[in-house]
Amino acid sequence: MNDFRIPVGSWADSAVDWLTSNLSALFRLIADVLSWLFDLAELVFTTPPFWAVILVLAAVAFFAKSWKLALATVVGLGLIYGMNQWDNAMATIALVLVASAIATVVAIPLGIWAARSGVVSAVLRPVLDFMQTMPAFVYLLPAVILFRVGVVPGIVATIIFAMAPGVRFTELGIRQVDREVVEAGHAFGATPGRILRQVQLPLALPTIMAGINQLIMLSLSMVVIAGMVGAPGLGQPVVQALQSVNIGLGAEAGLAVVILAMYLDRVTAALGDRAPVSRALKVRAAED
Amino acid sequence: MPAGRCGDRERLRRTCAGANPSRCEVSVSALRAENVFKVFGRRSQEAVRRLRSGATRDEVKPLGTAAVIDASFEVQQGETFVVMGLSGSGKSTLIRMLNGLLTPTAGSVHIGDADITAVSPAELRRLRQERISMVFQHFALLPHRSVLDNVAYPQEIRGMAKAERVAKAEEAIALTGLAGWESSLPAQLSGGMRQRVGLARALAADTEILLMDEAFSALDPLIRREMQEQLVELQSKLGKTIVFITHDLNEAMYLGDRIAVMRDGRVVQIDTAEEILAHPADEYVAKFIADVDRSRVITAGAVMRRPISVVQLGGGPGVALRELQATQGTAAYVVDRRRVLHGTVYDTDLLAAQRRGDRTLEGVVRPDTSAVSPETPLSEMFAPATEAQLPLAVTDDDGRLVGVVPRVKLLEAMVPPEADASAPDLSAAQPSGTGNGVTGEHQAVGAGGNEAMASVPVTDEPTTEGEAR
Repeated sequence: MNDFRIPVGSWADSAVDWLTSNLSALFRLIADVLSWLFDLAELVFTTPPFWAVILVLAAVAFFAKSWKLALATVVGLGLIYGMNQWDNAMATIALVLVASAIATVVAIPLGIWAARSGVVSAVLRPVLDFMQTMPAFVYLLPAVILFRVGVVPGIVATIIFAMAPGVRFTELGIRQVDREVVEAGHAFGATPGRILRQVQLPLALPTIMAGINQLIMLSLSMVVIAGMVGAPGLGQPVVQALQSVNIGLGAEAGLAVVILAMYLDRVTAALGDRAPVSRALKVRAAED
Repeated sequence: MPAGRCGDRERLRRTCAGANPSRCEVSVSALRAENVFKVFGRRSQEAVRRLRSGATRDEVKPLGTAAVIDASFEVQQGETFVVMGLSGSGKSTLIRMLNGLLTPTAGSVHIGDADITAVSPAELRRLRQERISMVFQHFALLPHRSVLDNVAYPQEIRGMAKAERVAKAEEAIALTGLAGWESSLPAQLSGGMRQRVGLARALAADTEILLMDEAFSALDPLIRREMQEQLVELQSKLGKTIVFITHDLNEAMYLGDRIAVMRDGRVVQIDTAEEILAHPADEYVAKFIADVDRSRVITAGAVMRRPISVVQLGGGPGVALRELQATQGTAAYVVDRRRVLHGTVYDTDLLAAQRRGDRTLEGVVRPDTSAVSPETPLSEMFAPATEAQLPLAVTDDDGRLVGVVPRVKLLEAMVPPEADASAPDLSAAQPSGTGNGVTGEHQAVGAGGNEAMASVPVTDEPTTEGEAR
């Protein structure tokens, strides 16, 4: 028994070797695109003065939900600025936005596909489990080998880790759409594409938005791990605090992450509530 | 009406095959299912083969679930065809094969002359857009769209310009009594109102065929009744071809020109409501109809008898009195030469008139307010019958006396046919059907005198004896 061993590890080794030697051009291209996107996003958040960014984010909060959330936004972001974590926070927001935007763009079509085909759903499910539960450090290693240290492996790891709820919620949302309503679309002679656009997606939107909310939350939880491979942002001071046992710095950076998380969560959740279907159903709740 | 429409199909075919196709419009098959099977499961084809060679539903269970077994029927244009069965009898599967939401495992479905089981998906979509629409049990409205947008949706799918489809939707909204609710969202409406939207949407699709899948089953009994009445009223205006699915026999009998009774995937009987009541095809149907509300199905036309105590308006009191003596009654109906009912006369008034020397009955006729039409269901006749001295008069649209319904006949009709010896009597009155039979009688009555009523079989003398009282 001692001699017998299934060499999963060396398979993975050679797979990564093969990827580096054969697809390095592709990975370089991906790396370039991702870092360009990150630079662009970071530029948007760091170029204006901090108070302008705070005002814009507060305005978003106001329109998405309420003046209370806008006020909390001003206080929270003001605190981040006061703790001198502003630049790190903006880098983190840029990273999270790029990663979750890419994850969403991939996740929603995959979710739609899985909802329409049992086979795709059955194949995707273990893959998603894998992506979501495999300890992130494990695939950070090959990511670092393929993309080198910096922001890119951070974004890639974040995308992989955060994508699963986007796919799952999209599939669930579409599968949950009242069968009769979809039948009605067919019965009046609508094409499958029209049914998807006008019936399934609008009715699944609240669930899909909940998935995107989860996806963003998960991306934010990856900032520390991303920081370890050299991605800029709030992960850096956390890693630094860990290494130098600096409780004060760790607390400040951690608090900044929490503030960003709450802001993104409340705003995306509020956007989900503003989906036409959610609003239509609320009309009655208000009347009852 | 049902008997006339679906009557002699062979003859119709021949007419249609002739040189003059316009005559086909009188009665054309709008929808036809031929030996349709639907088996869910991996080995469905084999299951169908076994079912064809006589296997039962349970025997093919290992091969798949046989939802519909060898269903064949033809729905005529303008007909309301009800498919009735308990849950699990396959009726929902059957209706979904009529517009191709489900594909039959075997057999074919024709809309007009298009075989929808053999057309391309694009052609099937076109057929659905133009020929056949559907109303759903749980309404199936788009919750985020207003009533107007929901109703306009079928035409939006068809690609109609906005102004045009809004106009069309408004029309359907007005027809279904939804005016004023256009901008409401479905969640703001009650169940009955929501189903009106479902109905309006199907009407706005402007198709000749309307499939209604348990359309009223999710509604409260009172609302359901109201919707049934509204559907009947709409149908009399629009004359659509309707296939209505229900598990409620009373609803089936109220709405259906003809009813197909389904059991365990098979169609066990297709007939008019009264035919099914009188001649249930098997034990199952008989048991089923045992608790139907017969008073709502059987109509005055089906149970009426030849009136005995009838006197002419133009005749004198003496003639009328002699008539009363002959029938041993105390009152009689008064008709004129065209047999239009003028009212009733009573023996005491007649005696007084005779003493006064009146030459006609005009001075002593009392207006009769309780007359019913041949289409009136029995349920609406009990109240007037308890108050009337004479058997209830049945008059046609022109006010002519076409028959009477004695109280004893009313009670007799309420008893299921197999329950006692009066059964043959009840069924004897029925083969003529409501519509067709009555139409014939109208003409006969219009043609002349008392004996015209001979077209209604007078079977039992004891009953006629009682009628005079």
